Amino acid sequence: MACGLRSRRCPILRFERRSESSLVWTYASPLLAAGATALCAALLFWAVGKDVGKGLSLFFIEPLRGAYAWSELGVKATPLILIGLGLSVCFRANLWNIGAEGQYVLGAICAGAIAMRADETTSRAVIALILLAGCLGGMAWAAITAWMRVRFRASEILVSLMLVYVAELLLHYLVSGPLKDPLGFNFPQTVVFAQPTQIPRLFTGLRLHVGVLIACAAVLAIDVFLARTRLGFALGVRGVAQDAARYAGFSERRALWTSFLISGGLAGLAGALEAAGPLGQLTPHVPVGYGFSAIIVAFVGRLQPRGVVLAALLLSMFYIGGELSQSRLGLPKALTGMFQGLLLIALLVCDAASRVRVRWVPNGALDGR
Amino acid sequence: MKTVPRIALSGISKRFGDALANRDVSVEVSAGEIHALLGENGAGKSTLMKIAYGAVQPDAGQIRWNGQRVELPSPEAARALGIAMVFQHLSLFETLTVEENLWLAHPQLKRSALRERAVASGLASAAELARPVYALSVGERQRVELLRALLGDPKLLILDEPTSLLAPDAIAELFALLRKLAADGCAILYVSHKLDEIRSLCDSCSVLRKGSVTGRVVPSRESHASLSRLMLGADPPLLTRQPAQPGKRVLEVRGLSLPARDHFDKALHEIELTVHAREIVGIAGLSGHGQSQLVAALSGEDTRAPAGTIKLRDKDLSRHDSAARRALGLRFVPEERLGRGAVPSMSLACNTLLTRDVGVGRFGFVHWSAVARLTSELIERLGVVATGPSARADSLSGGNLQKFILSRELSAQPELLIAMQPTWGVDVGAAVAIRAGLLALRDAGGAVLVVSEDLDELFEICDRVCVMADGRLSPSLAVEQTDMAQIGTYMSGLWATQSEVPNP
Repeated sequence: MACGLRSRRCPILRFERRSESSLVWTYASPLLAAGATALCAALLFWAVGKDVGKGLSLFFIEPLRGAYAWSELGVKATPLILIGLGLSVCFRANLWNIGAEGQYVLGAICAGAIAMRADETTSRAVIALILLAGCLGGMAWAAITAWMRVRFRASEILVSLMLVYVAELLLHYLVSGPLKDPLGFNFPQTVVFAQPTQIPRLFTGLRLHVGVLIACAAVLAIDVFLARTRLGFALGVRGVAQDAARYAGFSERRALWTSFLISGGLAGLAGALEAAGPLGQLTPHVPVGYGFSAIIVAFVGRLQPRGVVLAALLLSMFYIGGELSQSRLGLPKALTGMFQGLLLIALLVCDAASRVRVRWVPNGALDGR
Repeated sequence: MKTVPRIALSGISKRFGDALANRDVSVEVSAGEIHALLGENGAGKSTLMKIAYGAVQPDAGQIRWNGQRVELPSPEAARALGIAMVFQHLSLFETLTVEENLWLAHPQLKRSALRERAVASGLASAAELARPVYALSVGERQRVELLRALLGDPKLLILDEPTSLLAPDAIAELFALLRKLAADGCAILYVSHKLDEIRSLCDSCSVLRKGSVTGRVVPSRESHASLSRLMLGADPPLLTRQPAQPGKRVLEVRGLSLPARDHFDKALHEIELTVHAREIVGIAGLSGHGQSQLVAALSGEDTRAPAGTIKLRDKDLSRHDSAARRALGLRFVPEERLGRGAVPSMSLACNTLLTRDVGVGRFGFVHWSAVARLTSELIERLGVVATGPSARADSLSGGNLQKFILSRELSAQPELLIAMQPTWGVDVGAAVAIRAGLLALRDAGGAVLVVSEDLDELFEICDRVCVMADGRLSPSLAVEQTDMAQIGTYMSGLWATQSEVPNP
């Protein structure tokens, strides 16, 4: 008897899990993702009939050309670094704060509410108060999510995201109501903050302010927190092995509160620096998406404090490139968001690809490994 | 004239990465024969079995079925020939009924025909067929697995450690059934590392060691010692347990009851347990009878225990979490090494910090050099094979990682150590080192609670043994005054009528 078994099968591509993802890929995949994004950008410029070289230079070269460009890059990178750092702490603990944008807005509101009460005679020390208020505002907004999660086991993803819209509506209400500039021709905005509240600039003629130094200090602080403290270690354990965290007795509640207060506080601080710095007043246009872009920053930065700095600079280039391509090429500014999204998708694909081995199986036979 | 064997595997070799799982292995099973495959964990039994079932392809060698050369590219191909397999780990769909599970495996049968044959086999009643699997005990589930295999009228039945989930009386029933099947002409390949089962059940036996066949024997003519020499390549190392006078009461559990959290959980009923200093108490029982729930309640991973039910040295710690209990001297070695006892992707030094406070200064600041120093000591202490404190936990073999975890907990000199399945799946050498470590802690004045399914292990190291059955814990029995038969009775939950040794 010939064994006429149903052994014939189509050739298939088989995806196998690698036993461990390699260290090389941890660093290679953000670079590869950035390359893939640039390639897509080039294709896009070509498809809409623009000069590919010029288009790419607006995103990757112009933002780095000269002191003014670097200053602008720093201004944009400051909030991205601060928020991205906080989100790295959350994501490492496997907790998903998606609402940094709302915490950023609350930071700006609280900072603005103080700043608008200052006048030309107020001491410069008011800046410390403004930053503190912003920080507390962001923490309070994040605390709502943490509390809902602890008390009702509500999904922190949904709660934090929904609170972004609440925060934006709150801002709209305040600037068109209680905090409105009485002499502002009914525009929805506060007064322009008095000079003493202005975040000190580092160089005359450039918008770069001390916020960038605060962000650098935060990078060091979070780096030490994650690498050298038991609490930081506990958050990391919780992120990769929840049963081990429970076995060790690392409290889930503490992990939740710690990471949400840190990320909320840093997002609020970023909002305060922005409100009392480049903006100088509150308008409905305070939220520009830094809180969402920072999610990409955290992942492209591999949830490492120093990686976050590089990723924040890259995303800032996208922000500036988007504005430049609007003014110089007549392309919509939405390119910024598109490229950011492309970068994240490319990164996720690279990460997934680094964890599996693709094998061509000619006869599709199963083997039980 | 010699009959043609039902299945003949010859010259089988299989390599996984650097590890040679099978090397030139030949095994034959004839119709009506119960053939044992004996070997330690990691000897290559599972691989060989999967090759016979078509789930793994050999690198070399051939398979003959009734004398004909065949290829088994998949389990479907094996099933088409009449090969059936019962896996060690249950693979039923818990939310479906028994009948639905059976039907999934045999969709060609009419539901009514399937019901008739299932009932006729005597393995399930009509009422049982309608029950969802989650409502069955593990023993009952094992029977469903067997039934599922038998409905295909197998010519060859492969059983992988089928008794690991069964109580002694259920084992006797299973053996009777297997003998009847063999008498009807079925060939049976019986995979186990339990010597007495093999000696009482099997007609012939192939012994595997490190991937090669080291002996073909008739088990009933062999002694335990000769079989284990073939299996281990040496006489099994012996541990000596000196009698000791138990000291003060360390752990006291009084009237601990916990409701089940869901259908898949097990409730605990009125647990009473005492462990003294200089004493090892064992908890025997088939898995899934509430041991993991009890241990989680004791370790502090589950903090639902009512106040006053768990005391350590007269201090009530029912409401403490695992970190707080550990600080009071209660340490725990869990059953799952990767992901619970250790973080797979982190270094051994990080895993030291998981339960040890060494190197943690003010504000929780960690001095990693101190942690690495302790980690090196832990590695050395129990002879863990690892490249050093920076080796990732998942780069260690199961036995070595278990030795590391045990070393980490032992060197903290706990008042009470709870170890769950401490030697499950580790090689004999590591198992001896682990048991010796537990005995050393006891002799140094520690209290030890060991939860294990391995009765031999419990009889080897314990002073007293309790049995867990259906969420209840039996009174303890001094090992000198009990035997396997009594423990077996207790496993069925029948201890109320037995004479007992009162808790001192």
